[in-house]
Amino acid sequence: MVAYIVRRSVMLIPILVLISIVSFTIIELPPGDWVTYQIENLRASGIQLNEEEAERLIKMYGFDEPVWKRYIKWMRGILFKFNFGWSFQWGKTVNELLGERLPLTLLISILALIVSWVVAIPIGIYSATHQYSVLDYIFTFFGFLGLATPAFLLAMVLAWNIFKYTEFSPLGLFSIEYMDEPMSAEKFVDMLKHLVLPLIIIGLNGTGALIRVMRGNLLDELKKQYVITARAKGVNEMRLLFKYPVRMSMNPVISTIGWVLPGIFSGEVLVSLILGLQTTGPLLLRAVLAQDMFLAGSIVMILSVLTVLGTLLSDILLAVLDPRIRYGGASAR
Amino acid sequence: MASVSDTGRGDLLLEVRNLQVHFYLFEGVVQAVNDVSFDVHRGRTLGIIGESGSGKSVSAQSVMGIVPSPPAKQLAGEIVLHRATPDGGTETLDLGRMDPRGPEYRDVRGGEIGMIFQEPMTSFSPLHSIGDQIGEAILLHIPDSTPQTARERTEDLLRRVGIPRPDRAVDAFPHQLSGGMRQRAMIAMALSCDPALLIADEPTTALDVTIEAQILELIQELQQDLNMAIIYISHDLAVVGGVADEVMVMYLGLVMEHADAETIFDDPLHPYTRALWQSIPKIDGPLEELVPISGNIPNPFAVHRGCPFYARCTERIQGVCDESPPPVLEPRPGHTVRCFLYVDDVGSDANGAMGD
Repeated sequence: MVAYIVRRSVMLIPILVLISIVSFTIIELPPGDWVTYQIENLRASGIQLNEEEAERLIKMYGFDEPVWKRYIKWMRGILFKFNFGWSFQWGKTVNELLGERLPLTLLISILALIVSWVVAIPIGIYSATHQYSVLDYIFTFFGFLGLATPAFLLAMVLAWNIFKYTEFSPLGLFSIEYMDEPMSAEKFVDMLKHLVLPLIIIGLNGTGALIRVMRGNLLDELKKQYVITARAKGVNEMRLLFKYPVRMSMNPVISTIGWVLPGIFSGEVLVSLILGLQTTGPLLLRAVLAQDMFLAGSIVMILSVLTVLGTLLSDILLAVLDPRIRYGGASAR
Repeated sequence: MASVSDTGRGDLLLEVRNLQVHFYLFEGVVQAVNDVSFDVHRGRTLGIIGESGSGKSVSAQSVMGIVPSPPAKQLAGEIVLHRATPDGGTETLDLGRMDPRGPEYRDVRGGEIGMIFQEPMTSFSPLHSIGDQIGEAILLHIPDSTPQTARERTEDLLRRVGIPRPDRAVDAFPHQLSGGMRQRAMIAMALSCDPALLIADEPTTALDVTIEAQILELIQELQQDLNMAIIYISHDLAVVGGVADEVMVMYLGLVMEHADAETIFDDPLHPYTRALWQSIPKIDGPLEELVPISGNIPNPFAVHRGCPFYARCTERIQGVCDESPPPVLEPRPGHTVRCFLYVDDVGSDANGAMGD
């Protein structure tokens, strides 16, 4: 088991190096950079900038150096000082910016993930064990409806309707009257009220798909011989269900952690924009638009690294749950 | 072999009467088991022979109460088990009337009746160790067992079925064992709670011939040790001939012929049985040409007015066999056959099926 984890981790190193190069390249790809964007802006607003001044700006930000030198400089900062660089647009370090946004992002994403699992997995199990029952059809109907409805559309419709009928604005994290208040019990309650809508929307967004996955997997497993064998031992149906087929059908769900982890970090970009939530999603969007390259590059890279780590995590979890994976390959005993 | 009663057939353990199981599928109704009756006695082996789709497995699954339902539905029939009580008496359980998922049936299943399945590769859950899966049955059925005693008992069982290093095999996962070893483990699981009846549903079909011989020997040894009754299901005539005391031949959900093993092999009455016997090579005796049974098994959804074997039968009587269902006759004591050929006056008695 340890050997397996070590082997998988070592294999990650070249992938991570590649990811950092690709992230940096992506940021470099569009013509121009932050300085040219700024010079354009200054010129557009009527400020006369001579060539010398522009040259000085470029030098100041280090854009005169070749790409590979800037890449190494950036990577050195990350690896040795855990410094992701400077955000030109915000005038803060990337670390600071992410530090402001991450807690809320993680809170919403993780809660939403829990909501979607808590809703989807029991429904999936029920639907599979009661295939073609009335409730199965109802769940299937709403599952597909949820699958087909874009989350941002739902966010707009729900936010507007809530405001229309209750006079409560579910946008942002706090109501205006609490905006600048220090944290208090009332403010906390207010925050919880604002969190309900995003949690429902983001959480239920993945639920439809997860119900289908869970139902399909479990239906396959229920037909397998080992279920009949267990039944032939006289095992109670409920216990049998959870000990054998449900555990087997969780495998594909666990392997989704690979892409769930970056999702948790980035938050739902569109939903966050619409509901005015200060998560990292809108931050990335604005950074890309403004060619705020270190910020955008850092977020892209963190997302990629999290995808890789998520995959590793789900592989380790699968190995813990499934002995066939655990003893596979070189570590077989 | 321990024969207890005067009849020399051992104590009656299981009675199945007029069992009828149909599968209600999207494409139509499959009459998987139609009017099947048999008895099983302690210490004796009943062999059930039939091609795929003959209803032999469904009959056995009905006894276990594990027929997938829906789509299957037991329309008629009685399944009665005479089980020994701890005080030395017997009690009679009407399994057919019990809820197959209820606690009483679960108590019988895995306890009184053990079952070995055809597919050793998929019969165990890949996620749980062998010891866990066998121990589960022990914890359920053996009174006062603890995880510790269950483990010890599992090791004993694994040793008894000939698995080397049982202390390590307990913690092994199914994929770490070969097919033959897995089937041995499967047998250990079926025997884990000293069943009075073992149902073996083609236990050696997925194994190669040498392993098959070992497994068969093992099952017979264990039968003698435990005075266990066995229902042995197979399409392999030679195997059934080797293990069974009496044999039942099934075709499309019907019992075509039923007699003790010697009689049915030496002097088969039903044309289907005879055709089956002609289709296998004999090692001793004169060289004969193998005669395959012409045609194919009819569509399982078809409903037959007469004998389901009519289309393939070499001795069919037109206007009789295709007109009404053949009667079950007993030309010799203990030897039943479902065929018009043994009706004394075929012409006049064609419609007055003697029935059962």
